[in-house]
Amino acid sequence: MMRRLAALLAAAGLGLLAAATPAAAQETPSLPNESWSFSGIFGSYDLAAAQRGFWVYYKVCSTCHSMKLLHYRDLAGIGLNEAQIKAIAASVTVPKGVNDQGEPISGPALPADQFKSPFANEQAASAALGAVPPDLSLIVNAREGHADYVYGILTGFRDPPPAGVSVPPGKYYNEYFPGHLISMPPPLHDDAVEYADGTKATVPQMAHDVVTFLAWAANPELVQRRQIGVRVVLFLMLMTGLTYASKRKLWSSVDH
Amino acid sequence: MAGLHESDFKNPVLNWIDARLPLLSLMHKEYAAFPTPKNFNYLWNFGAMAVVALLVMIATGVLLAMNYQPNTQLAFDSVQHIMRDVNYGWLIRYIHQNGASMFFIVTYVHILRGMYYGSYKKPRELLWMLGVVILLLLMATAFMGYVLPWGQMSYWGATVITNLFSAFPVVGHGIVTWLWGGFSVDNPTLNRFFALHYLLPFVIFAVVFLHVVALHITGSNNPLGIDPKGPADTLPFHPYYTVKDSVGLCLFLIVWSAFVFFAPNALGDPNNFIPANPLQTPPDIVPEWYLLPFYAILRSVPNKLGGVCIMFSSILVLFFLPWLDTSPVRSGRFRPIFRQVIWLWVASVVLLGVVGANRPEGIWVILGRVCTLYYFFHFLVVLPLLGKLERPLPLPESISAAVLHRGGGPLPAGAAARPMEKA
Repeated sequence: MMRRLAALLAAAGLGLLAAATPAAAQETPSLPNESWSFSGIFGSYDLAAAQRGFWVYYKVCSTCHSMKLLHYRDLAGIGLNEAQIKAIAASVTVPKGVNDQGEPISGPALPADQFKSPFANEQAASAALGAVPPDLSLIVNAREGHADYVYGILTGFRDPPPAGVSVPPGKYYNEYFPGHLISMPPPLHDDAVEYADGTKATVPQMAHDVVTFLAWAANPELVQRRQIGVRVVLFLMLMTGLTYASKRKLWSSVDH
Repeated sequence: MAGLHESDFKNPVLNWIDARLPLLSLMHKEYAAFPTPKNFNYLWNFGAMAVVALLVMIATGVLLAMNYQPNTQLAFDSVQHIMRDVNYGWLIRYIHQNGASMFFIVTYVHILRGMYYGSYKKPRELLWMLGVVILLLLMATAFMGYVLPWGQMSYWGATVITNLFSAFPVVGHGIVTWLWGGFSVDNPTLNRFFALHYLLPFVIFAVVFLHVVALHITGSNNPLGIDPKGPADTLPFHPYYTVKDSVGLCLFLIVWSAFVFFAPNALGDPNNFIPANPLQTPPDIVPEWYLLPFYAILRSVPNKLGGVCIMFSSILVLFFLPWLDTSPVRSGRFRPIFRQVIWLWVASVVLLGVVGANRPEGIWVILGRVCTLYYFFHFLVVLPLLGKLERPLPLPESISAAVLHRGGGPLPAGAAARPMEKA
């Protein structure tokens, strides 16, 4: 019942989204249909994948992309313990305000600190890279296609590009990027990181892991939200039943 | 006890208060004993749902305002701070965010119910017009609320909608600068939108109060559209309709919860997860779903001023509905042609919604124009003529006679007004 209701609602929502999506101007293959631990209405995050994904972000993505909305303490949400979080934070040097002489100082980050951004400001990023890499805190929510889209971008590079497409210097051909010419060079290659749990770091594996991490980063409340949601909806259904029974009983004495 | 209200309340404390400030007697008269037609169907639940939606929106909104920062540098991050760091902030925000959509769903059903059953007709014209005022206030409040998270769609939506006023000759640009508090949508705009977004719900509350006062003067319409002729036709509001409204309310809360807990962003736009950037226009600027039909009407006219005028007219025409519909019969149930053509109008509104979500190219332009024409054709031509041409079905003698499919029987014992439990 619950599942059907949700499926119905989801279908209605999808229909609305579909109606709201304008036809793509250029031909883009349909997005990869990855199986995500967090999809469906009862899905929850695969924490091992999210932890590996954090490692990919930490080693690869964070070279260019900020995640300003996250704090090191938030990593407890993917199952890291206090010692691990302290160690990760301490490995990063961040600005620590000013000293008594008014000179800026820096030091190792604490769990309460924001994730360190790779560039001091947008101008610095633009000057170094030619474009401002988007912040990744909400990237999974901020793109049509969500997790599948981000996974598509990470695995959709084609070199050489399809026949007849000329790629200007500083651009790369990506199947899923609108217009296909993306400024980001392919970020992942096999064994770009070494996983502590021995998982083989292939490109699809790393893409899957980092997207799981980014999905968690965008919706850290998802698991708790769904758990509470099941209880709330069950309660309301019980309430509806009781209320309807009361209504029937009361109205049974009325000719209507 | 000269000068004191004669209270029926037996509890000495309540009686003492009620004698001096007869709010309890008033509540009893208007919400407990209030004679209500006995033949409401579940469509009569939607007014109560809208009131609950308003109260929940005010409650969650006040909580959100405690942690929100109406400053262009801080707004986006403060919303994410609510989502991530405030205790159950995500719950409060998702209830509020989806609440806007829920509020519009129940309001639209409420309006359509009024249109189908002729609830706007004499003597309920002013009641109806107050309802249209509420709709306008609701749209303004929702629009300004959508600006507050200061995402890309917030910023660009605000830019597009406020720019509409520039279409007016001579004063247009002055009005826009005045609305913005500067020369573009910026910090002063966000500040005043926040102030107004906090204020307007209380204005809505006041107009809802007037709407209910007017309702309690005329009494409710009903699915038959005929006036109650005596006690056999009515029931006391409590407990008969408090319990019936509760059934609908529970179902409403299930739908609302399903969105909040399982699809909180299904009705939103992914672009609003990107912080506002005045230097980068999103590929498509679309309003929230509940404003899409009006957006489509706006775009159906190639001239900007024309579009703005016709969009405002599409709401203003509702004020004149009580006089545009010339049929003396209220309920669509007894109007064989009206009950068909009203669905054509509904279809035109739904189609306009789809048109509004698509780029104005090719078939969508033509479809938008046809539907806009039909929208007005219905009000300005169909309704005035239909009242004269249509032959309504015979009306039943009384509500009681109709619902019992026989002559009006005596009042059943159980239906006698039950006095409210007096503590």
